[in-house]
Amino acid sequence: MKAGTSLWTVTAITVLAATATIGYLGIERSERDRAPAVSGGPASVRLISADQYATAVHDVFGEDTKVEVDFAPPQRLQGLLALGQSAAAITPGALDQFDRVALAVAQQVTDDRHRGIFVPCIPVSVVDADAACAKQFFIRTGRFLYRRPLTNAEIETQVEAAGKGARRLSDFYAGLTYSLAGMLTSPKFLYFIETAEPDPDNSGQLRLTNFSKATRLSLFLWNAAPDETLLDAAEKGNLDNADGLKRQIDRMLESPRIEKGVRAFFSDLLRFDQFATLAKDSTIYPGFTIQVTRSAEEQMLHLITDQLLARNSDYRDLFTRRLTFINATLGPLYRSPVLDAESWTPHEVSPGQSAGLLTSPGFLALYSHPGKSSPTRRGRAVRENLLCQHVPDPPPNVSFAIFDDPNRNFKTARDRLDAHRTNPACAGCHKIMDPIGLALENYDGSGAYRTTEGGAPIDVSGELDGKSFVDVAGFGQAVRNNPALVSCLVNRLYSYGVGRPASAGDRPWLDYETKRFGSEGYRLVALLRDIASSEAFYAVSVDFDKHRGTQDARVDRKEE
Amino acid sequence: MFKRINRRQVLRGMLGGTAVTVGMPFLECFLNNSGTALANGRALPVRFGTWFWGLGMNKEIFVPERTGADFDLKEELVSIQPVKEHINLFTGYRTFTDGRPSLCHYSGWVTLRCGQAPTDRTSVPGESLDVTVSDAIGGGTRFRSLEMTATGNREHSYSFRSAQAVNPPEISPLAFYQRVFGPDFQDPNSPVFHPNPHLMVRESVLSAVLEDSASLKRSLGAADRARLDQYFTSLRDLEQRLALQLEKPPPAPACRVPPAPTDVTTIGEDAALVAQRHRLMTDILVAALSCDQTRVFNMGYSESYAATTRAGVPSSHHAVTHEEHSNGQGYQPTHSWFIRQAMKEWAYFVGALASVREGDRTLLDNALVFAHSDHERAQNHSMDGIPMMTAGRAGGRMKSGLHVTAGPEDVGTQVGLTVMRAMGLQKREWGFGSMKATKVLDEVLQA
Repeated sequence: MKAGTSLWTVTAITVLAATATIGYLGIERSERDRAPAVSGGPASVRLISADQYATAVHDVFGEDTKVEVDFAPPQRLQGLLALGQSAAAITPGALDQFDRVALAVAQQVTDDRHRGIFVPCIPVSVVDADAACAKQFFIRTGRFLYRRPLTNAEIETQVEAAGKGARRLSDFYAGLTYSLAGMLTSPKFLYFIETAEPDPDNSGQLRLTNFSKATRLSLFLWNAAPDETLLDAAEKGNLDNADGLKRQIDRMLESPRIEKGVRAFFSDLLRFDQFATLAKDSTIYPGFTIQVTRSAEEQMLHLITDQLLARNSDYRDLFTRRLTFINATLGPLYRSPVLDAESWTPHEVSPGQSAGLLTSPGFLALYSHPGKSSPTRRGRAVRENLLCQHVPDPPPNVSFAIFDDPNRNFKTARDRLDAHRTNPACAGCHKIMDPIGLALENYDGSGAYRTTEGGAPIDVSGELDGKSFVDVAGFGQAVRNNPALVSCLVNRLYSYGVGRPASAGDRPWLDYETKRFGSEGYRLVALLRDIASSEAFYAVSVDFDKHRGTQDARVDRKEE
Repeated sequence: MFKRINRRQVLRGMLGGTAVTVGMPFLECFLNNSGTALANGRALPVRFGTWFWGLGMNKEIFVPERTGADFDLKEELVSIQPVKEHINLFTGYRTFTDGRPSLCHYSGWVTLRCGQAPTDRTSVPGESLDVTVSDAIGGGTRFRSLEMTATGNREHSYSFRSAQAVNPPEISPLAFYQRVFGPDFQDPNSPVFHPNPHLMVRESVLSAVLEDSASLKRSLGAADRARLDQYFTSLRDLEQRLALQLEKPPPAPACRVPPAPTDVTTIGEDAALVAQRHRLMTDILVAALSCDQTRVFNMGYSESYAATTRAGVPSSHHAVTHEEHSNGQGYQPTHSWFIRQAMKEWAYFVGALASVREGDRTLLDNALVFAHSDHERAQNHSMDGIPMMTAGRAGGRMKSGLHVTAGPEDVGTQVGLTVMRAMGLQKREWGFGSMKATKVLDEVLQA
């Protein structure tokens, strides 16, 4: 690569890094020992996600309750759907969906098969109201659905609604059904509404209530509402002291539910919601079926949890490791048959051919066209999803005259993308994205390995932010060692947890935590523990309207 | 209002815990002679909808040479021939961003739906015009509005109150069918009417929810309060719609309950698959309209970055618009193939609405559909002359079958303003800045 190009790229990256929410240079400044104080953000109001809804229902009413939560995802803000949840409102159309699901769930809970399990008492008469029995049901159920004990007035509301319904329909359980459906339609269930209270230790300051702390913690670590133990701890006020909080965090990190939480975070970070609509051209990639899509997504999650939880290993090595897992569906893509149709088998990718997660068929296929690879999409995905760098919008009114010349015959993606360099308006951004994507060109649009395209050999050499490489393994190494990889993870994980974008006031603490994460061997579990135990995680500001106004909205956009 | 409450109270009294049948005589002759009103003098509903397709057109083979009623159809638009008389075509209308960024595949359609350009990709400058129309005419039916997309992707909605308050579209024809014609459907022409006591209970529970959660807002900041307000508005709307279903619905003579559609995968945007979903959902929508289940609808054929695919073509439609060479005639042939598929579907949509008779008229005559795209020439993201069309006559307030071209001072929001006026909204102007429209397009409004 020419010196001029490389200089330009470095300049471009510097500009990009400056716009990123957290600058890596800040790391050097921070102190090692003491955590910088943060001003905190507003208490958040988050709309429940489809996954969180299903989990809540399954936790309270058992796994076999059918929950068809096909809610549209919220807008992705600053790279995360989780932040969109903190901004999402409910339109009549959206409420219709919640209403339908609520009814369907409530009907199952009280049907002949389940009422014996979930209703803790037998009504005096099944054809009439029974306030005492309804009360027992709502006290217990309501505590989980509202993530706190119900007030007397709330209990009264539910019992009265159940009673009215029971009398009108001459059916105790029907009354219970509709009253429960009402709870599931209430904003107290559909929104995670945090509340703050005056902080007795710091006059004039606010702190989250114990129950709000419990919910924030539980969403962060488990992507679920608090369980009974956590609610008990909150009720006793134990989350206000370091020991009590630590006990809960330790317990939650050791629980198998942590895997769900980690999967949820990485699914959001890596935009796995796109798998739901991923399809390939069946004439070009006949093998890429819906089953392949599902397996490819699962494989990536498997890789992530194996690296970060089962092995408790360095996050950065996710981008260099050669060991993956394949099943019978993915076997053909790896030219490696798997006989057992049900299980995942460890599989070692050949030396020089792996950039870990980035050479998973899921990543490669997600960021491709229906019938060919897309170095540009792949490059942008790495920059935006993993390095938290913002790639600017394509300029309007670009001349595409170069593509209008039918005499040009591009064999490889590199040939095609080289054409961008003749147009300065395109070159700026494509130089940021394309070298990354070109490093992955040994994998086609379905994620299958190849060495040639259009009969011409594929050249995957390049450089990433000043680090050059000759093969995809070298590229993986360059991603691994890119400082933005780590600061990006810390920043995203933190804002995912607190339910708001990281602000300038959070930066010193994020710098500090990024450094600490390094000293802990870049182990995710340590990072989760650090964040969950930190004061920063629970800090709330007094003037939330003002704070909200100063958040700079960052731009996300659709593909290409 | 008072009348309704009294009637409900009466019904509640009559029910006394068990369902009863309230006999309602079925009138053979529902309509007056001209088909403009029900025999009881009540006007037939006028419906409003939008239809969206992505990536514009190839001007050379799309824009007619002639204007007025005698406009010619070139090859990219030829498939609308059978429904040409029902359609107005608007070409050459410009879209300005007034110093805001020109966001590819976003600024154009947002401006045409909201009256001004957005400031960034995560925001919209206001509600989409279907919501404005829905606020005026959308009450009084079982659904406030119905949204559908043929793309299989729930994120492809073009109907919203704000960027964070979006009306989610149906993606599955079968699920859409079940939502409209499932167990909760009440045939408006059924000779007997059973007020459903379960609906009454549900409605009363929602009132309790509303009361119970009203105090939540007190402790919130302004932005979250506004979000909660949006929730409460939606909840009240749902409650009112449930209440409405406790009354005998007015007769809908054209109402025919269609058979359930075949299940079709929601994954993938192969043009044939998209067309299949589009037609199935169109048929359900038309039936829903004929049964007066809603008066506002939004159909997306493709999305603004349309990722529609064609078997054997490695790139999806959007990428094709940027990669494909122009042919000898100055347009991109594969891109044009995709646009022709879209126009075929638009013709199907219009034809389906026109196929339902309501007296001397058709459902389409009693409707107005506003269709548009996101760009004029997608290859270079041109927003000058984004193609727009209308279909239907808005119950006689709109003419059809005309090609109208923009004058030098005209802007795209004039079509939106005209459409809203045709729907009976008393709007003198619409839009902001250079996109503020004050002049309606008189040539398409019925004097």
